[in-house]
Amino acid sequence: MKKVECIIKPFKLDDVKQALTDLGVHGMTISEVKGFGRQKGHTELYRGSEYTIDFVPKVKIELVVPDNLVANVANAVITAAQTGKIGDGKIFVSSVEETIRIRTGERGEAAI
Amino acid sequence: MVHRKIRFVAPAVLFGWLAMTGFSGWASAQEAPKPAEAPAAAPAAAPAAEAAKPAEAPKPKIDSGDTAWVLTSSALVMLMTLPGLALFYGGLVRRKNALSTIMHSFIILCVISVQWVLFGYTLAFGPDIKQLIGGLDFLGLKGMNGSPSSYAATIPDFAFMIFQAMFAVITPALITGAFAERIKFSAFLVFTLLWATIVYDPLAHWVWGGGWLQKLGALDFAGGTVVHISSGVSALVAAIVIGKRKGHGKEIMAPHNLPFTVLGAGLLWFGWFGFNAGSALAGNALAASAFVTTNTATAAAALGWLFIEWAETGRPTVLGAASGAVAGLVAITPAAGFVGPISSLILGFAAGIICYIGVTKIKAAFGYDDALDVFGIHGIGGTWGAIATGLFASKAVNDAGADGLFFGGGFGQVTNQIIAVGASWALAIVGTFVILKVIDGAMGLRVTDEDEVAGLDLSQHGETGYNL
Repeated sequence: MKKVECIIKPFKLDDVKQALTDLGVHGMTISEVKGFGRQKGHTELYRGSEYTIDFVPKVKIELVVPDNLVANVANAVITAAQTGKIGDGKIFVSSVEETIRIRTGERGEAAI
Repeated sequence: MVHRKIRFVAPAVLFGWLAMTGFSGWASAQEAPKPAEAPAAAPAAAPAAEAAKPAEAPKPKIDSGDTAWVLTSSALVMLMTLPGLALFYGGLVRRKNALSTIMHSFIILCVISVQWVLFGYTLAFGPDIKQLIGGLDFLGLKGMNGSPSSYAATIPDFAFMIFQAMFAVITPALITGAFAERIKFSAFLVFTLLWATIVYDPLAHWVWGGGWLQKLGALDFAGGTVVHISSGVSALVAAIVIGKRKGHGKEIMAPHNLPFTVLGAGLLWFGWFGFNAGSALAGNALAASAFVTTNTATAAAALGWLFIEWAETGRPTVLGAASGAVAGLVAITPAAGFVGPISSLILGFAAGIICYIGVTKIKAAFGYDDALDVFGIHGIGGTWGAIATGLFASKAVNDAGADGLFFGGGFGQVTNQIIAVGASWALAIVGTFVILKVIDGAMGLRVTDEDEVAGLDLSQHGETGYNL
């Protein structure tokens, strides 16, 4: 089992969600996050006072999938979330030791 | 901070063109629709209806229309402070100070309403003592009984008193933007009471209560000197005396809720019709004229601010439009009942540009932390409006006024206006400085650093504005 974390542009969330469910992904968790990478932040101007906002809003999607789905998931996210401009985001993949469905106590891939 | 040079050219050219065509072309047009009714402000003006009846005595009679309009206007001016100004300022601070900033306006409404009834009104509008202060005859409103006011013959004395009360309320409330986010609540309460008594009440007497500035002939229709210069200049003094907010210039101090601010600006604009048109103290042609100039100047000022900001920074901001509107309201206040519509347009458009410079350039150049730009908008806008009244005033608009520089009156009126501006600045600077120093010595003005970082909502009031 792998955990896939994707940081994407907020307006791409619907496209990514659709692409993932088309792949057969059953669930995911999303959160509104802020951060910066190469895109850096932006500036805001209030009555002449300029503030640099370092952290730009992004959406983080977390999902756990069987090992054999990881490549497809990554490709689907890239296709759906790519604009080609700086700030498109990142995908992180890591190993998951165990998954447990609380309702039934099932374990492993069956619990995903 | 932005260091790009101001590109004045376009607005300056437009302003110049308006000024030239405005005076040659429209000056005569303004004379045509002379109000049929005798312009008010002259308390003796008897209602036309009475003339038909052979009068036994020219005893002043209360007019129900005038009274209704002044009472309505009083309520409109109350709305300017709460929730208008409360939201305008409340939205501009950081979220940890939202409640405390709103509370400033709220509590001033309470404190000054009481002060005014007990002794504020009589200090400002009691029988004149040496053209400096009102006598104590109306202490606790003693002797007032609803009979025609000596300041406006067709409305009851209580109507005039409560209308003026709302002016006395909003003036110290305007100052709160200067020391927002760092003043101790207790010190703020003492300051409000002392400032209203020592600065506002005498100044209101000088200009409206039979004092020396009124005798001099300085024109101030609805409070450019009394309300805006006094609060704006006091705000500058307060910002300097109390010092900068912790982290000023280093931390992000962006407004936490601009929709609040825009809502507040809208309510200020709405309430200002009571402030300016209500200052005719009657429901008459002059009130209608002041209503029109108020709306026109405000709209033009919002556009003026927006255009110069757009030219300079590349972005027309919502906060800029709202700030420009308030600058226009401020600037037209002393002139509202003395100038024509096209004059008000020019006056307002210029106010938007002048206040933009005040807020973005002058503040940056001197480095004081006038947190919510009270001086930039009310001090500078009020000063421009008071002087501009001496430029644009026309007797064709209001017989009780004067002809300004641009309407054949020479420099006389401008000089009077500048004297009034100077006197207001002086009283505000000296009075505010002394009051603040005394309070600072006696009880301290500022909260502790720890309380400031936690925010005044939590440290002063034990609450938070947002539990979302």
